[in-house]
Amino acid sequence: MTDLPTSSYPALLVGLPVLMATISLFFKSRGNAVAGLIGCLLTGGLGIVSFAEVTQRGTLIHILGGWKPPLGILLRMDSLAALFIGITAVVGILISLYAWWYFSSRKVSDGKFTLFWSLWLFLWAGLNGLFLSNDLFNLYVTIEVITITAVALAVLSGRTVALFAGLRYLLAAITGSMAYLLGVALLYGSTGTLDLGLMGQALEPGATATFSLIIITLGLMIKKAAFPFHFWLPPAHSSALAPVSAILSALVVKGAFYIMLRLWTEVFGVSLSYAAGQLIGFTGAVAVIWGAWQALLQTNLKMLVAYSSISQMGYLLMAFPLLILAPGVASGSADWLAPAWTGMAYQVMAHAFAKSSLFLSAGIIVFALGHDRIESLRDLVAWKPMTAMAIGIAGVSLIGLPPSGGFMAKWMLLKGIFLSGQWWWAPAVLLGSLLTAGYVFMLLRLAFAPAREKIAFRPVPHILQVCALLLALGSFLIVLPSENLIQFLGGTESFGTGIESIMEGGVHGNE
Amino acid sequence: METHQIYSLTSVVLFAIGIGGVIMAKHFLKKIIATIIMGGGVFLCFVSFAQRDALTFADPVPHALVITGIVVAVTSAAFALSLARRIHQLTGEKTFPDEK
Repeated sequence: MTDLPTSSYPALLVGLPVLMATISLFFKSRGNAVAGLIGCLLTGGLGIVSFAEVTQRGTLIHILGGWKPPLGILLRMDSLAALFIGITAVVGILISLYAWWYFSSRKVSDGKFTLFWSLWLFLWAGLNGLFLSNDLFNLYVTIEVITITAVALAVLSGRTVALFAGLRYLLAAITGSMAYLLGVALLYGSTGTLDLGLMGQALEPGATATFSLIIITLGLMIKKAAFPFHFWLPPAHSSALAPVSAILSALVVKGAFYIMLRLWTEVFGVSLSYAAGQLIGFTGAVAVIWGAWQALLQTNLKMLVAYSSISQMGYLLMAFPLLILAPGVASGSADWLAPAWTGMAYQVMAHAFAKSSLFLSAGIIVFALGHDRIESLRDLVAWKPMTAMAIGIAGVSLIGLPPSGGFMAKWMLLKGIFLSGQWWWAPAVLLGSLLTAGYVFMLLRLAFAPAREKIAFRPVPHILQVCALLLALGSFLIVLPSENLIQFLGGTESFGTGIESIMEGGVHGNE
Repeated sequence: METHQIYSLTSVVLFAIGIGGVIMAKHFLKKIIATIIMGGGVFLCFVSFAQRDALTFADPVPHALVITGIVVAVTSAAFALSLARRIHQLTGEKTFPDEK
């Protein structure tokens, strides 16, 4: 691996946000926010530039301090990492711009929440570090950075309900990371390495491997709020400030998922985990249906959006039984791997855009009305047409109607499901979409319904609505370069063959 | 029974006690202490793998990992304690509302 092209981008992606976060701590109020916003724009720009660099040059590595692995730390930016970093960059820039106007247009009595900027930059550094990490312990450290900053952001409003939710989130997350770390200890004990690639070669199927697989996966599922460990997510995400909710829902939960994906595809052997893959897919399917059902029952907009996250994240887990091959199936003959990978990648992107847009829109409504009861969405098209449009567009992507990114995700997932013959996952995908359509149309019905009385609202800065709308549009725009993206992802290890079958049939072609 | 086996078994027991505490204890402090016990178990597990044989030096990597792990664990515990303290200041509560 050390013979791959080196680049300083991976190191900068972690170092720059840490530096800017520290600098912004030295300033008070206004200067702090200015430094923070500059840091966010630089980090985001760097993310986009480095994504472009990977599309040109392929996988990039950086050996920290010149100490080669296994002794030193190697940062690896392959196409999967670049994709996650790219999404984080685009979504992060828009959320940062929103946050700038959101905080600066609030009254002083609301507090200026100056700590937001440095916490958000530290969190961003943690996310970039996580995507670039190539060893199990580095992954642990980065996910802890993410957890601590994420909880700190979640309790930033200082409201009691947020504090309770934050403590519950923190306790769940600590338990999850301790379980993960115990698994790492066992894996280190049996293989003598922490490097993902070396460990994948050295790990023998057996009791230790199975136990560490189970405990690591359980720990990560707690952190990812997978069913049945989702209890901490809705209160924590819904009680946070609008930009924070968007960050938590769109980006933070993807971190633990990314580790799961890396471990399952690169470390844990094929024959070891077929049954476990089925089990994970099952919890994903339950989450898809149960989360969407709970969302339908909510009376507050932010709670609805938070439950919708549980449902949408379930789709990601449903890709696992497709990515884990049954014993005796060669990856060369598994033509469903490419559609499953593509569907999963699109689900990550579409959810990041659509969910951040929904939370920012909910933030606009709270900003204007002072509360987020769903009933108050009445006549939204008349008094906040742009926000109504953002909710509509993001909602359509969540449901998975063409030509949205959500459609690509679910279409490719279904294609993978049918190609692999695991037809039993298909009803869950379709039922999830139906229930999602239920709560999205419930919101839209109210938005178009006439108001019962005259609505009094605070004026909202125009730019807030623009940011939310751009994010919603993003969930559609990601479909345009789909062919290039699929080819780009093909560079990921374990993507498998079958990419030709997508290309021949055309992305939207019939089978 | 060899030394490292005693350590490994103890670490698993500690971890289990911690998990049980986080789930079953109601008081915030008890929950936080349970996570610290859990951490102790995990670190002991790391250290128990450091033993090679009587003649060579112990493997230094687990020790480096444990040091880092302890720093992280102390930080999270301190953060959890400050959250619990703030909740107590504002509401007088020592448990989650739905766990009374």
